[in-house]
This record gives sequence, structure tokens and C-alpha cells, in this order.
Amino acid sequence: MDFLIFQVPMLTVQAVLDGLLLGILFALIAYGMALQWGVMNIINIAQGDLVILGGYIAYFMYLYGIHPAWGVIVSPIIMYFVGVIIYKLVINKVVDRDLFISILATFGISILFMQLMNFAFGADVVLANSGYGTTMLFDNSVTLPNSKIFSAFISIVFAIGLVIYMKKSKLGRAIRATAQNARAAKILGVDTEKVYAATFGINAALCGVAGALISITFTIHPYMGLPYTIRSFMIVIVAGLGNLPGVAMSGMGLGVFEEFADYILGTEFRIGSVFLLLVLILVYRRFKLSKKREYLK
Amino acid sequence: MKIKKIIITFVSAIAILFSTSVVSLAKVVGDKIILGAAISLTGKYSSNGVHTQNGYNMAVDRINSMGGVKVGGKTYMFDIIYYDDESNPKRAAQLAERLISQDGVEFMLGPYSSGLTKAIAPVTEKYGVPMVEANGASRSLFTKGYKYLFAVLAPANLYLDVAIRTAVELNGGKGVRIAQAFEQDAFSQDVRLGILDAAKETGSKIIIDDKLPKELNDMAATLAKVKATKPDVLVVSGHTKGALTAIRQIAEMKVDVPMLAMTHCDAAKLSKQHGANSQYALCASQWHKTLTYKDDFFTDGMTYDADFTKEFGYAPPYQAAESSAALLVFKDAFERAGSFDQKKVRDALAATNMQTFYGNIKFAEGGQNVDKPMVLFQVMCDDAGKCENKVVAPLKWASAELIHPIPKWSDR
Repeated sequence: MDFLIFQVPMLTVQAVLDGLLLGILFALIAYGMALQWGVMNIINIAQGDLVILGGYIAYFMYLYGIHPAWGVIVSPIIMYFVGVIIYKLVINKVVDRDLFISILATFGISILFMQLMNFAFGADVVLANSGYGTTMLFDNSVTLPNSKIFSAFISIVFAIGLVIYMKKSKLGRAIRATAQNARAAKILGVDTEKVYAATFGINAALCGVAGALISITFTIHPYMGLPYTIRSFMIVIVAGLGNLPGVAMSGMGLGVFEEFADYILGTEFRIGSVFLLLVLILVYRRFKLSKKREYLK
Repeated sequence: MKIKKIIITFVSAIAILFSTSVVSLAKVVGDKIILGAAISLTGKYSSNGVHTQNGYNMAVDRINSMGGVKVGGKTYMFDIIYYDDESNPKRAAQLAERLISQDGVEFMLGPYSSGLTKAIAPVTEKYGVPMVEANGASRSLFTKGYKYLFAVLAPANLYLDVAIRTAVELNGGKGVRIAQAFEQDAFSQDVRLGILDAAKETGSKIIIDDKLPKELNDMAATLAKVKATKPDVLVVSGHTKGALTAIRQIAEMKVDVPMLAMTHCDAAKLSKQHGANSQYALCASQWHKTLTYKDDFFTDGMTYDADFTKEFGYAPPYQAAESSAALLVFKDAFERAGSFDQKKVRDALAATNMQTFYGNIKFAEGGQNVDKPMVLFQVMCDDAGKCENKVVAPLKWASAELIHPIPKWSDR
């Protein structure tokens, strides 16, 4: 029974497709994290909470009769400013400190956001209905909710849009320059303060998009942010910073990995298997690193 | 400068001392019976915590306005000291300690959820404080030999028992194939144990037995397995999150299953959030407004529903109804005990045998209510898409006939 997935071949197809669609969405969140981690050297523990907040924006639009899909436009705009405000209030004070301080600070923000959302929106689990229907494949034996396909599509659009923006626009170039060498960029006239604020804002905006998508594919709850933080952390660790194709690949890989873990080990080990993989990869990295060091000696 | 500092320290020390000692009122002051309750007003249980508090308050107001509690020829009014336990078991236990040893409370009302009740019960037990609780259904609460714990609700293992038995009955008495997915918390696992028992007794087979993680928001894998194995019954219990996720993904993945039974549909406002997609889902409930139980205070379920809606602006979920019932039990026990002696009140509680609008109440040795069966309602929608919960089992209270098997998605 445990290995039903190998007895029913269509389940494998279902698992791979589900995993890929899910993974693309994870990759979008991870991309935001990689961006600000690379530029500002900050690991944002509140990443998942920004996602949930973005989801609530879409949910409230839905409540007021606006189709939640519009959330993918409205939510990032609002979240951009939320991001900039967080930067101005907290992050700019820890941006050039060591990593530990920034982890503590964003951990604090995470707790604050959870409680504030719980206070403002209540502890009920909510969701927005897109009414998008379902795509059936292979004589109905594989079903893909259109909302998931929509999510993956929008994620790809935003990711591509951002890559182009980073390459072509002035701010994008400034962000990349700051990521390479903040001091040199500053000397050459880049207003790094502004770049940092914009980077944090862009990250929050990406979270906003992802949140809106999650509200129409899954469920939203004030305390559900952490798994998204962990997943994006995991993806960035595997892919490395500043490696966008890597983020996309590792996102999709993680999605498929999770689905298979679910089928083979059981749903209860889904998040656990992500943690385990994270630990294994970190140990492996450490192992490789220590070898390198010896060699250098 | 130094002297000023010393004076400030001294004054604030006195202030702190004073502020903590001044709250030590007590249990029965003048004509007031003061009950204590730690309730989740913030944190993840806050919405159900508020339902619980509203239920308590509604009953306090009603009992007080209808003449209060008569003990030893004197009339007393109920009053409750609330603290916010932040949905945190440790905090709940601390607050229980504080209510009893600092505030001098001698009688307690329960918090929301099995987990928090479990945290408080050892404290009330230690001090011999009778506690009537209305929101902790976990079976493990009733197997520890607690003497001062009384629960007005049916234990968790009975939640979906009736669904399995109904399915077997409809299958001509033959065992059915069951797929189940349960969250890994005390409550849901108890519901699971109940299903295992029922399956064993009826000769049914469990073909999928998934455990859902706490941070669940995707059941696609479980449902794909259900699609592939075609069970007769699908049982899901994972609080509101589980109910909402299940309905969303069952509809999206067009999973056809003859019977779908779950918990927490009431709290999830299933039909409100999912409309016609939630149709035909069977939900276990402690209470439903159409049940015909009666009492002198709230008359019956329908009246309670109307009064509660008028007062709080929303229809009462069963969490509120059972909380109100807890106060009725206390009043009845105080009057029968004729005293505020904790031992006597405890014995009176143990001998409770009454009917309330919420159901019959009679406690077993372990403190659980054995006189009130669970009800199952089915979400039924009309052509206009307006959905309603109708009681379908047990037959005695059924207001509609069970629709079985659930029509296939392709026919809807």
C-alpha cells in the first residue's frame, strides 16, 4: 500500500506535475529571498509571513467581490511599500551588521507579523475561490487544478519580468552593482541606501504575488508562514545566491521531491523531508568545504 | 540622586506588592459566585476562544437575569474572571495556577481545545477545584482518573463513529473500505482511534491511513491515492484547515467518493467559503440547532440560535452552545449541593443527570458526557446555490434524508 505510486503509473505523472507546479511557486518566493540575501546579506525569516500578508490582500479583495486573481497586481504594489517601510524601520539598522543580528531582527518581525495578522484578520483559515476549474489529462486519471497552472504561469511571468528589469533598468543595474561590491558602488555614486530599500521592497512584492497565488490555490492562516520561509531558504541554499536558473531548477526539484516524499513516506513527513534534505545538503557542503580548506593549506 | 533612586525602587516595590495582593478577591463574595477561566483570546485558537467566551457570557447573563443560583436559601449571581492564555498550554497552566492560588477561584470553566484542557486539568486536580469544561473532547482527558474534571461534550473517538456505522448499514451490513487522513494532534488522533474501533467492529478495512502535518495546506497526494483506490468512505479530520483544504482539492481534482465525512465543518463555515462544492459532505457535530432538546433557560436550540445571533451578530457554532451548557451544569450542581464546599459540588456534578438545550448531560466515571450522541449533518444546497446543514443521523433527530452515494462530479 505504501508504494501505491509505483503500482499506479498515472500517480507518478500526477506527482511530477503537481510537484513542478508547486515548485515554480516556491521558486518565486525563493527568488525574492536570494535577491535580498545576495544584495544585503540578510536572511529574511519573515519571508513566509510576507507571503501570508500578500495572501490576505488578495483574500480581502475576494471578500469585496473583486476576483482574487487581481491580487497578483494589487498585492505586490501594496507589499512593495510594506517592504520599504520595514526596511526603513528595522532592516536599515541591521543591514551591515553580521548575519546573526539580521536573523534575530527578521525573526522578531516574523513574530510581530504573525501576531498582528492574527489580531487584525482573526485565526480562521481562509481562502479565495478563483472558480478556475480543472484540467483533466489521460482520461481523467490525472487532474490539474487550473488555479495551480495559473499560479505557475504568473510566477514565471513575474520571474522573467524581474530578470529583464534587473538587466535593463537603471535601478536593476544599481542593485546588481551593489550586490557585487557595495562600497565600490557607493563610491561611484550609487545611492546604496535607496538600492537596499528598493531590494527589500521588490522582495516583499514578490512575496505579495506568491501570497495572492497561494490564497487561490491553498489556504491562508496567520501562522502558516514558516514553511514557506524554510522552503525558500532550502531552495536558495541548494541553488546558491545570484543564480536564477538554479533557483528555478531547485524550486521545481524541491516541489517534486516533496510530492514523492508524500507518496512514499507519507504526508506527515512532507515538511520533515525538506528539513532532512536541508541538513544533508548543509552537511555535504560543509564536508566539501573542509576538503577544500585542507587542499589550500 | 542615590536617595531618589532608592525611594523610587521602594515605592515601585510596594506598588507591585499591592497590585498583586489586591486582586486576591475570592470565589464567593457577597452574592457572587466567581468562576475562573483561561481562554484563548489571542493566538491560533482565538476565534474558537471567542466563541467559547461568548457562550459562557451568554449563559451567565441568562442565568443571572432569570433569578441566579439558589444555594442554601440565598440567591447568587454568576461572574467570571477571564484570562487570555494566548493559545499556549504552558500559559494556560500558569493562569489556572494564578486563578486558583492568587485570585482564590474555587470553581473553574474549561479553556478551548483538548490540548489546553490537558494542560489545565492537572492543576485543577491538584487543588481539588471542580472544572466543567466544554471544549476538550480528547479521550485521554477521561482516562487519567481525574476526579474534578467534567466535560459536557461527547469524547472525540465518537465523532465519526456514526458515519462508519451508517456506511456499513447502507452497504447491507457488510464492511466498507475506508480511506482516512488525520492531523497529528491529540484530538484528530482520537477521532482516528474511534474510526479504527468502528472499522474493527464492523469488519471494515482501512485502505489509506494518512497523517496530515500541522502546517498542512496540500492534500493532493492523499486525494490522488483516493482516486486510484476508490474507497467507500473518505474520512478527514484536521481542524478547519483540513476541512477547507479537503473540500477545495476534492472539487478541483474531481475526486468521486460515495461518502465524505469530516470534522470542523461548522467552524470552517464550509458552505460559506466553498458554496456548492461543499455539498454532500457529512460533518460531525456536537450540537445542531434543530435538535429538540429543551431547558428552562434557553428553551431549545432554535431559540438559542436566534438569541445568540441577536446578541453577538453571528450564528452560534457548537463551541458556543456547549460552553453555555457548562454554566447550566454548574448552576444545577450548586443548587443540588446546597453548598460551596468543593467536595460537595464535585459530588453533585458527578451525579448530574439533566437535559439542556444542548443535549442530555450525565457524566461517566472519567468525566465525559455519555448521554449525548454526536450528530451528523450533511451540507445540502438548493438550485440557487444556497447551502444549509441538515441533520441526517442519528435518525431520531434527522431533519433530512442522507444523500448516498454522493453523485459523481461528472453528473453534477
